[in-house]
Amino acid sequence: MTEDRTIKILQLYPREMNIYGDWGNVLVLKQRLKWYGYTPVVEEYNAGDEFPTDVDIIVGGGGQDSGQVVIQQDLQQLAPTLQGLAEDGLPMLVICGLYQLFGRFFRTHEGALIPGIGILDMETHGGDVRLIGNVLSVSEEFGEIHGYENHSGQTFLGPGVKPLAEIRKGEGNNTKDSTEGARYKNVVASYLHGSLLPKNPAIADFLIEKAAIRKFGSFSPVSRSEADLAELSKLSEMARQHAGQRPR
Amino acid sequence: MSSFSILVGKLVRSASKLRGGGSALPGLVVEKIDPDFIRRTLADLPLGVAVVSGTNGKTTTTKMVVELLESQGLKVFTNRTGSNFTRGVAAALLGEVSLRGRLDADIAVLELDEAHAVHFVKLIQPRYSLLLNVLRDQLDRFGEIDKTTRLLEQIARATTETVVLNREDPRVAGIAESLTGQRAVYFGLDASLRSTFPNDDEMRGSLAEALAATQEADVVLERVSETEADFLIDGQVRTSGLKLRGVYNIFNAAAALAFARTIKGGDLDSDALFEALANVEPAFGRGESLTVNGQPLELVLVKNPSGFRLGLKSFAAHGYSTMIAINDNYADGRDMSWLWDVDFESLAEGGVDVVSGVRAYDMALRLKYDDVPVRTIEPDITDGLKRFIKDSPGVPMRIFCTYTAMLAVRRELSKITKVEVVS
Repeated sequence: MTEDRTIKILQLYPREMNIYGDWGNVLVLKQRLKWYGYTPVVEEYNAGDEFPTDVDIIVGGGGQDSGQVVIQQDLQQLAPTLQGLAEDGLPMLVICGLYQLFGRFFRTHEGALIPGIGILDMETHGGDVRLIGNVLSVSEEFGEIHGYENHSGQTFLGPGVKPLAEIRKGEGNNTKDSTEGARYKNVVASYLHGSLLPKNPAIADFLIEKAAIRKFGSFSPVSRSEADLAELSKLSEMARQHAGQRPR
Repeated sequence: MSSFSILVGKLVRSASKLRGGGSALPGLVVEKIDPDFIRRTLADLPLGVAVVSGTNGKTTTTKMVVELLESQGLKVFTNRTGSNFTRGVAAALLGEVSLRGRLDADIAVLELDEAHAVHFVKLIQPRYSLLLNVLRDQLDRFGEIDKTTRLLEQIARATTETVVLNREDPRVAGIAESLTGQRAVYFGLDASLRSTFPNDDEMRGSLAEALAATQEADVVLERVSETEADFLIDGQVRTSGLKLRGVYNIFNAAAALAFARTIKGGDLDSDALFEALANVEPAFGRGESLTVNGQPLELVLVKNPSGFRLGLKSFAAHGYSTMIAINDNYADGRDMSWLWDVDFESLAEGGVDVVSGVRAYDMALRLKYDDVPVRTIEPDITDGLKRFIKDSPGVPMRIFCTYTAMLAVRRELSKITKVEVVS
């Protein structure tokens, strides 16, 4: 019998929360898993679907404010499942809109309260300026992180989470401090799309490694394509260099 | 006062033309010294003002509408490509008004950028408006596409008579609900074509749930082939030959037909209308074909995921050399995320010969993740283009490019071939 090397990636709400190239994050995980000799399986979860039991990585993206309203009830129903998985060390990547909803709440600019699911100790307040532009941030864990932000919600972290990175260019979580994103267990949360993972493969590899360890006890890449991986790291390095020089 | 400002404007216009640029500058000057110039000049047109807006296809659609109306014997004033802001309209007017401020036209058909249109319609209420689509474009300017929808809604509400809407775009079709007495007319697609034109909400799968359009449409695009299309009008199918390439342009032809029919009303010369449609040439950079070294070279403007996807679908890669040039200047949109919402697998077999532009490496990275081979990466567009032409002897060429990359490509090409000059 051949060894099971299947890793299942679940994209949360691709219909409503997939507006800034979030598919790119899923694609990068899928291809890198393949290149490391794992068998990736990609599934989608939309409001009303049955939640699969054997998920290994969860990816959630950004959406319009109206999209957040559409999914919020379904997300509340899913909250205990997602909380349990996050506590259990399941690697998750949540960007922009779903990042906000992974916090305690999002109070809109008009004062309405959209409850979050509280996996991340943080709150988001709708602002009157929209924070838009190229971002360069630096993380102890992942090095320089390049991306693009476009949000009006401003997020403030509580003591229960750490920021993902420090801002060098752009705004990040809010206009008050220089934090960007949040880290908790194996959850990586960020305002940056771009897409995030192609230009920041260190984060992709972190998610893959954690998924493999959680499922199989160890991460054992059997590289089927050293050449592909080498070319990729060259291309992503060049893309990072160019991105870093672009105006806000 | 008026003839003075017009004279000054015309002088600035001639001067800036001599310097070879700045199409909006004379408009800016006139706006400063004579703010009422546009309103006053357009106010007397017998058929008023017709506005074309939406995120994609404005330029080509406006060109079609103009030519369709001209086929009906109307004299049409329009703002040509380059500057579709208020001052661009002023600059275009300066070229055509008499010194006494008279514009010899029956109607003005104006292409207006979504955001600028909102200011424009406060100044001049259009009698007719055509709203094409709300695609995921320029989110770095508008933040959200729902915001873009609200901008189009304001244009619709400022319109005095009829609003022509895309029945297949849920955001545009939804604008009908906010109308305050204007008549709504629709253009649409036959059910068999809907999956060919995914809107933004359908970009990821879920086509099974593609909306079932319920509104009766004035013009329905029934069938598309390489060189012709069928339109359902007044219960009859009409086949038209087309010089336009690309399925999105052909859907916009349905929009232009519906708009022209709305404006012209009852006494329409249908044969003349379709003869004009068959002869419309693409607007610059929009599926335009040039000749380089005896080979055709096509320019396909790509600005957002839907447009790029449709571009790839419209132009089969087989038998062509391919170049992609991606810039991220302000006019292109600085956000590169959208490249990840385009599926490039159709290029995998032949690969991409040259990837160029400021964000060449973002593009190359994107292609690598779709297993599309890339032969050359050259961020400098001049060098990239030279390489592309040199490496494509005897093969037709196609360049997908963002807006400012297209301008750069055209500038280089004009040194080696004849490229249409757009004033």
